[in-house]
Amino acid sequence: MPYAVILFSSTHHAIRAEKKAKENGFSVKLIPVPRHLSSDCGVCLRFSCEKRETLECLLQKEGVKMEGVHLLE
Amino acid sequence: MIYFDNAATSWPKPPEVKEAMVRFMDEIGANPGRSGHLLSIEAARIIYDAREALSNLFNVKDPSRIVFTLNATESVNLALKGILRPGDHIITSSMEHNSVMRPLRDLEKRGIGLTVIPCSPTGELDPGDVKKKIQSHTKMIVINHASNVTGTLLPIREVGESARENGILFLVDAAQTAGAYPIDIEGDRIDLLAFTGHKSLYGPQGTGGLVIGENVNIQDLTPLKHGGTGSRSEFELQPDFLPDRYESGTPNAVGIAGLLAGVQFVLKKRTEPIRQYETLLIGNLIEGLREIPGISFYGPENLTDRMATLSFNIKNLSPSEVAFRLENEAGILCRPGLHCAPSAHKTIRTFPEGTVRLSLGYFNTLEEVHLAIKTIDRIARSNS
Repeated sequence: MPYAVILFSSTHHAIRAEKKAKENGFSVKLIPVPRHLSSDCGVCLRFSCEKRETLECLLQKEGVKMEGVHLLE
Repeated sequence: MIYFDNAATSWPKPPEVKEAMVRFMDEIGANPGRSGHLLSIEAARIIYDAREALSNLFNVKDPSRIVFTLNATESVNLALKGILRPGDHIITSSMEHNSVMRPLRDLEKRGIGLTVIPCSPTGELDPGDVKKKIQSHTKMIVINHASNVTGTLLPIREVGESARENGILFLVDAAQTAGAYPIDIEGDRIDLLAFTGHKSLYGPQGTGGLVIGENVNIQDLTPLKHGGTGSRSEFELQPDFLPDRYESGTPNAVGIAGLLAGVQFVLKKRTEPIRQYETLLIGNLIEGLREIPGISFYGPENLTDRMATLSFNIKNLSPSEVAFRLENEAGILCRPGLHCAPSAHKTIRTFPEGTVRLSLGYFNTLEEVHLAIKTIDRIARSNS
């Protein structure tokens, strides 16, 4: 199953994203930002690719500021 | 021992505050937002939860608009010094604590115009007086929500209304009210709310914050401090986003863990019943003291216009002498003097001697109030 990660400018938004995603039944995990990605805060949110659209939509609605989504090989 | 100094800091705290701090030290301990490991993430979750709990309490829609500071004084300094520039004008009341007065007097020396609106001898502010002093270059109005000397509540909603009508920022110093009196950022028209964590939010000392309302453009609010934030580490320039822009350096995470437990306590008990109970205590105290010969009170007559803080004096006795006898004869701890608020004491005409201040809190009891009345009665009569 391919994964993707969402990067955030602030840890505040990373934690908010995790919380809102879990509250809405998404399976997500905060992980350290992979080295090859430019990192703003130390953690990013890993999730399964197929949920990308619905998760991004939810986080936008919840006022989470995202800095980009990256596919992980 | 009877602790009547809750306006200085609340004590005792709910037991869960200490438990949360011990848990943080024993099981988490890491630096929030600085690393990707699980303890750092857990610490960041605590900070996030504290912001969210405070948002619920103050009706703030976006928790990232709450930034943590050491105390209300730092929050007031951030708001005033971060926004005001030479040529700007600011309005305040004569009932302010030095946490507001001293930064304002300093700014005055640096070219900021200052108007201090006189309050009544009971410490009450007429919002119409504020309105009259608004000028074209008035940038901000700052007042306390309640006086730390007399407990007098100031009409923040009315003042906020005229600030908003005129496009002026409204800063409220809520050190004496946050947690003990309802505060609604939207309803009260507050643009900047400075609060402390260690009074009626029951957190430890060294916690506080500033709510930065949606009307404040953060590009116009310069940080007091610059430094590491855990974010944008590749750049040497301060981040321009919330909350990181105003939170340089490792935060007081263990303190914020305690503050979170304190705010959860307030949310569980609810502010209205807390206020009702504290009003019952202060009402009984005032009733009981009323009959004592040679006593004078300060502050408003009506209980709905005040917090559970009372200033008084006994004829021919200095405040410090009364406080000394209260402690020695009955173990009652209070604060005599000027309470870091010389302007407020000038307003109620007790400068420079000051007053004896009894400040009650949620953990005080009616028995304690009755013992205080008996003791003050004895001190007054032994002197007459």
